[in-house]
Formats: sequence, C-alpha cells, structure tokens
Amino acid sequence: MQNKYFECSNLIGGYGGADILHGCSIAIDKNEIVVIVGPNGAGKSTVMKAMLGMLKIKSGSVSFMDNDITNLSPQLRISLGLSFVPQTNNVFTELTVRENLEIGAYTRNDNFEETIEQIYELFPVLKDKQSQLAGELSGGQRQQVAVGRALMTKPSVLMLDEPTAGVSPIVMDELFERIIEIKKTGMAILIVEQNAKQALNIADYGYVLVNGQNKHFGTGKELLESKEVRQSFLGG
Amino acid sequence: MEYIDIINALVLLSNFVLLPAITYGSQLALAALGVTLIYAVLRFSNFAHGDLMSFGTMVTILITWWLQSVGITGGVMPTALIALPFGILITALLCILIDQGVYKFYRKQKSVPVVFMIVSVGVMFTLNALVRFIIGPDDRRFFDGEKFIIKATEFKNLTGLDEGLAIKSTQVITIIVAIITMIILFWFLQKSKTGKSMRAFSNNEDLALLSGINPDRVVMYTWIIVGALATIAGVLYGLDKSFKPYTYFSLVLPMFAAAIIGGVGNPLGAIVGGYIIGFSEVMLTYAYKKFLIYILPTSIEPSGLMQFLSTDYKFAISFIILVIVLIFRPTGIFKGKTL
Repeated sequence: MQNKYFECSNLIGGYGGADILHGCSIAIDKNEIVVIVGPNGAGKSTVMKAMLGMLKIKSGSVSFMDNDITNLSPQLRISLGLSFVPQTNNVFTELTVRENLEIGAYTRNDNFEETIEQIYELFPVLKDKQSQLAGELSGGQRQQVAVGRALMTKPSVLMLDEPTAGVSPIVMDELFERIIEIKKTGMAILIVEQNAKQALNIADYGYVLVNGQNKHFGTGKELLESKEVRQSFLGG
Repeated sequence: MEYIDIINALVLLSNFVLLPAITYGSQLALAALGVTLIYAVLRFSNFAHGDLMSFGTMVTILITWWLQSVGITGGVMPTALIALPFGILITALLCILIDQGVYKFYRKQKSVPVVFMIVSVGVMFTLNALVRFIIGPDDRRFFDGEKFIIKATEFKNLTGLDEGLAIKSTQVITIIVAIITMIILFWFLQKSKTGKSMRAFSNNEDLALLSGINPDRVVMYTWIIVGALATIAGVLYGLDKSFKPYTYFSLVLPMFAAAIIGGVGNPLGAIVGGYIIGFSEVMLTYAYKKFLIYILPTSIEPSGLMQFLSTDYKFAISFIILVIVLIFRPTGIFKGKTL
C-alpha cells in the first residue's frame, strides 16, 4: 500500500507515565484538511505531539514523504516542512506582531518579505496591528498571529492544536474560512478540535479517537451523518 | 537672599551630587544590565557578576600596564580605554568557558533556578580568589591622562562664583561610554536577528525552540554580551574610583537592587534602577549644610551636617529601597521577566 504524505501508524506511548496512545494511526495527504476529534483525554493532542516528535513513543512509526522520521527530533522535523501551532502560549507576547512573524522565519536565510505580505493578505488585521505587542491582541487575533508565525517557514504540513479554544463563534468561523484558504495553496492541514461539528464541516477526512485508539474514520460529511458518532459525542 | 546664592547652591549640588550620581548610576546601570540579561535568558540570579566585573577590570589593567610598558598611552585619554576591547574579549571568552564547563552541566540536568544561583555563588568565590591570586587584594589606581576637563579653580575664575564645578574626565568618559553601550545594546536587541531571537527565547522558550531557534547559540551570545557589559562597567567604575577586588564583590548588592527595582529581566528597568540607586546613595549620604546655608536666611542656618546617613551606611539605602519596592510593587517598576 502506498504511504500517505504524512502519517503515523500504531503509535503506543505517553508522557512517561501510563500510556495515552494505544495504537492509533493518522494519515494525511497534500491538499487535505484532516480533523482529529474525540472526548476529553482521548489523546488527540498527544497523537499530534507524537507526530511532531515531542514525546517518546514505545512503538509505532511516523513517516513523511515516504521517509521514516520516527527517531528525528522536533527541530529536524520542522526543518523538513512540518509546522506546529500549540494550543496555549503560541505567540511571543512581548514581541510585536511583525517580530512574531520574523521569528517564524528564523530558519530561513532568503528574503521572507513576500511571505509576510501573503500572511497580511490572509489576515488583514495583522497588518494594521503589526507594530503592536502580540500580548495586547484579542484571543482571535492572537490565534491569527500564531498561525501566521507557523506559516512563515512555508511548511508543507500545518498542525493546529485546538486553534479555536477560547475564541468566540464568529471568530471561529472566520478562522476556519482562512484555514480553507490556506489549504488551497496545496498544504496538508491537521487539526485537533474540541468544536467537533464546525471542524468536521470543513474537514476532508476526520478521525474519532477514543482512549488513544481510532474509533471511527470517514470523510467529514460521513462522520457528521453517522448516527453512532453523533450520539456518542456530537450531542445528537 | 540673593540670586547669586541660589546659583552657588546649584553649582555646589551639581558638583557633589548630580555629577557623581549620574556617573555612579551609569556604572550601576551597566552592571545591572548584565544581571538582568542572565536572568531573562538563563533564568537565574548570577551572583558572580560583581566578580566577573572584577575579572574584566583586572585583565584590562594588566593589558594597560603592558601597553604603558611598551610606550603606548592614550595621551589625554586613559590608556585603559585602548585596553578595554581586549579586556572584553578575554572576559567574554571566560564567560563562555565557565558556561561550557559549569552551567551547561546543570542545564542538561534541567536543574531548578535556585541550583543555578548557588552554583553562581561558587563561581563568584572562584573568580574572587582567581583575581586576588593574579593581581592581589590591594587598592589600585590605573587612571592616566588628563584628570580634569574643568578644574574647580578654573570654573571659579571663569564664572566669578564662590563655588567651583570640577568636571572629571572619568565622569564624562563614564557617561559617554555608558550611553553608547546602551544604544548599541538596545539596537542589537530590537533590530538584529540574533537580538530578536534572544528576546523570543526569553519570552517563550518552547515556542522559540519550535521556531527553530538554537538555544546554545542564544546562551552563547548572552554570555558574550554579559562579559562585555561586566568589563565595561568594571573598568568605568575602576577608572572613576579605584580597583579593589573586595569593592567589586560588594557591588553585587546595589547592582541587584537596581535590577530588581527596575523589574528583573527588563533592560530598560535595569537602567532606570541603576540611576535610582545611584542617585539615592549619593543624595542620602551628602551633607547638605553648605547648600542650606546658601539658600536659607541666616536666622535659620543649620548647625549640624544635615546628612541623612553616614556614607558608611550607603549599602543600607539599596536595601531600604529594595524592601519598599518589593512590598509595594514586587514585579519592579517595569514588569520584569523578559527582554
């Protein structure tokens, strides 16, 4: 079977104590939005961190562009083209919006002005606030800075850990719209989400994780329509 | 009371309070900047900073002596200014050496800040002993060149006032060098890529690592800058007063007070804190008798020295201010923690 662009299979492991992942597998292709949903404590964020190399896994493998990257450090994975937006503390609060973007491009040695302009086009509000400290922005604007910073390396995979946590529904809808636009550039976008309904609406594929294992898999639409998924945690 | 008395009083105050306080404040500000940088990036209180200053000054003195022995002097300027860049270089190298040999071990162990602090006390004693071993514990003056820009008598002749204003060249050199150093430091932190990466690292270490910032590089640059700041502060202090290892060791107290008052980890706070401590020490230990005689009517002239505290107690002032700030604004004047 041909490997997907970026995938992990049969991951088992945790943060050092009891295992959180019990053999779950996620796969994503270019030009796709894949959403991981599930109840609290299902290991959604954990599997994303494992794919980034931020925790030691006991068994299973991670591959990217047909290369096994299971043993690479997060830094090396990022330099290969992965990019990650953490759920909390995802901006440099004491740096201006523009400096946040510049730090995002830290590993780049070419001229990144064009990328900054593209991010300002995507999130126009950031251009107006570019000399303001990121810590002074509203929650939604901060998330835009966080996503913008992650996009500065021109990654091929963008990973978002609960990007809509703590923002208003209007801001959430806008953010999802932007994410669809980012997808159009050919990027693979992996999202862990609490707001399962809205996230599955924009997803090409979705995974439902329970107890660190894959419970359901399907297109976003299939999962939204599946009676079992709806009853178990979408709230009817 | 005549207006000439007020001018005399102001000249008196400039000569004995304003100029010395700005000079001492600048030296403390540079020292506190070093403390604050280590706190912001490496997240511990570096008690060895006073002795690092002492080491940097010693190296500069040794190079100054060597320069003088081969016939190179600064002319009207102190020769130590020519030796300063070499002193900075060697001190920065020592900083990297200490970091690689000592602090790196504890970083790998992920030690808590209090362990780093105690380790820095160890480094402090070691450096202290090293300096005394090499140059001795004596008081040394290494100033040469023109001592005054304006002498008190020249000023009196020039203005016809009773009070003289003596401007020492070391005071002017301190202020100019301090301003240039601060401008370069702020430009570096605000505008350069490395400076921004240091601020980012200081603000959010995890996200800095996710952005591909190399922590070893940030730490190395921090030590180089801290070594430079310590040497500059130490040499300026030594030129202005004198060099004695024990004095530098005891400077740790006012410099920490300066850094904490401003908000430890905040460079602007370190500078403001340096001047607050500098001015407080000089103003509270100055005897105002002569000043009051000038401005008060003869009928209520003071008989005592009109001195708040004896100079022997000047360290108490740092502590009093420190306690007041910690009670009413524990984060310092500017909120500290990050660059």
